[in-house]
Amino acid sequence: MSLEAGKKAPAVSAGSAGRGGGLVLLAALAVLFPIIFSNPSVTNYGVLTMIFVTAATGWNIFSGNSGYISLGQAVFYGSGAYAMGIAARDWHIQGTGVFALLPLSGAVGALIAVPFGLVALRVRRHTFIVITLAIFFIFQLMAFNLWFTGGSSGLGSPFLSWSPVSYNRSFYYIALAFAAGSVLVAWAVRRSRFGLQLRAIRDDEERARGLGVKAMRVKLGAFTISGAITAMIGAVWFYYLNQVEPQTGFNPLFDLSLVLMVFLGGYGSVSGPVLGALIIEPLTLWLNTQPAFSGSVSEIVLGAIFLLVVLFLPRGIIPTGGELITKIRTRGKPAVIPATTVGPPSPVSPGRSVSSGGTL
Amino acid sequence: MAREITQAIVDGILVGGVYALMAVGLTLIFGVLDIINVAQGVLVILGAYLSYSLFTKAHIDPFLGLLVTVPAMFALGVVIHWAFIRRLRGTERTSMTLLVTYAVGLIIEGILFKVYGASTVQLTTSYTNSSVHVLGFYIGWIYIWGFVLAVALVVALYALLYRTKFGRSVRATMQDETAARLVGIDVNRVAALTFGIGVAVTAAGGMVYGATNAFNANSGYDLISRLLSIIILGGMGSVGGALGASVLMLTLESVVTVWQPTWAVAVYYAVLVVVLLYRPTGLFGRQAVRAQ
Repeated sequence: MSLEAGKKAPAVSAGSAGRGGGLVLLAALAVLFPIIFSNPSVTNYGVLTMIFVTAATGWNIFSGNSGYISLGQAVFYGSGAYAMGIAARDWHIQGTGVFALLPLSGAVGALIAVPFGLVALRVRRHTFIVITLAIFFIFQLMAFNLWFTGGSSGLGSPFLSWSPVSYNRSFYYIALAFAAGSVLVAWAVRRSRFGLQLRAIRDDEERARGLGVKAMRVKLGAFTISGAITAMIGAVWFYYLNQVEPQTGFNPLFDLSLVLMVFLGGYGSVSGPVLGALIIEPLTLWLNTQPAFSGSVSEIVLGAIFLLVVLFLPRGIIPTGGELITKIRTRGKPAVIPATTVGPPSPVSPGRSVSSGGTL
Repeated sequence: MAREITQAIVDGILVGGVYALMAVGLTLIFGVLDIINVAQGVLVILGAYLSYSLFTKAHIDPFLGLLVTVPAMFALGVVIHWAFIRRLRGTERTSMTLLVTYAVGLIIEGILFKVYGASTVQLTTSYTNSSVHVLGFYIGWIYIWGFVLAVALVVALYALLYRTKFGRSVRATMQDETAARLVGIDVNRVAALTFGIGVAVTAAGGMVYGATNAFNANSGYDLISRLLSIIILGGMGSVGGALGASVLMLTLESVVTVWQPTWAVAVYYAVLVVVLLYRPTGLFGRQAVRAQ
């Protein structure tokens, strides 16, 4: 699947027809996936990958656009899962009726995001990262110790009496719907005035403020959207696995995988997190099943991939790939760049805008 | 009750000294290189395991073994800086260095799991379980020696920073990298050596940690989150702040444990959040370290 997503890179710089065709192909592949591969152990990969596509996109909506690296996203993931589990248990909701609780989980995520953001978004850069981590640890501790969370054994979900094949297939489509929805939200944010304000904050917050951007409100808005998406997909994940524990719902590795996915694919772009999740999540799942990579070896491999990505693809596959294609296309042509390309520069390519400025 | 609290305060101060040592390394690295070394927690555990191996395999006393482990960790730090960190430039450097140090930590953690397994161990020497009776309080010898060692090393670091030419170039780099470069300081060399020193102190911190706690490769996460809270509370990049904040936080945790053992750890994070609401630069932070 990652190959198809990789082909999207040329489509981005080509006309909208090529891009539309690529998207239709990608969508068709995504929809047909559980029909072509009905084996539950394969569709399991599909479900978890789609969950991570959603979560990585959700992370990127806030952190990718604003430049505030959050390591507290698991707060929303875990809270969404717990909200669904607690509501289903206390209100005695059974079977497919539990899915009606998804909006509740989203609302819980958004409700947590507001005070969380009001505290954390007052500080920047390193301090922000550590604050999000601190709040994350407070939540994990609460999941362990509060009276209604089930302690260290966590919560179970109501039982769904579906066959393994249709169970995985249904969850795949639910997760796929969320993935598509979150990508749509990310795309809308990116194209809107709101997204522009976010990126202005990322580039220079003081200046954005000076130009009249209500920085706190904008950041908080994006943080809340991101929190709601993550909480809902956390609830889907919980119902799929039938189980949430404090260490799995509030898992520090969760945030770091999200960061890795987004940076591998392309920080701040819409397709980057999708591509990153499509590569990393199946790879992680596969590594865990390999006897040669059992236990800690998969950790070492993951760490090594991390290092390779940061050292050799520091800006992610999509921006680097896009740049490479432009380079190949313009090879042999005169270095004068048409004035029309100066206006809307590609999202993150300081080198290009500098060189085009030089020719003018 | 008063007795227990006094005992808790004494314990907190002694343990706080050891945390101060680890936190000073972290805050120095931040001050000079402007990065958070997320691997610091795992490096402490690596230091603990090194002392553990030297003691169980070669029967070298942990305190004596520091003569081997401290230079070894210093070399490791310089290598990590040379291989990965100095290469990172550009606008996303903050998150990149975070990813890189995290990846380094993940690899070290994986290797430690592979070598030592998942079961917890503890450095147990003849004196780790004996204690001394002072004014009605029982204090473990290892805590006293650990505290003495930590204080000695922190004093040595202070002397290095404020009494030597190298220390002057470190502080100059912390204040303004460009200006330091202009007056002829080899900033890259300062950065490499600082990273080495910051990692080297984890050998000593890890040894005392390993002698006072049961640990395995996973213990690094708990450590790093506490250390990060400490250096932010102390004001990032401030050595004195790291000292004050570690003693303060460990004492507070120790006292809260008397009443509420389950929530004691939350005190850290709650205090951190509350303090930053009112003082975004931390308790002892100079005004806006590196324009936070």
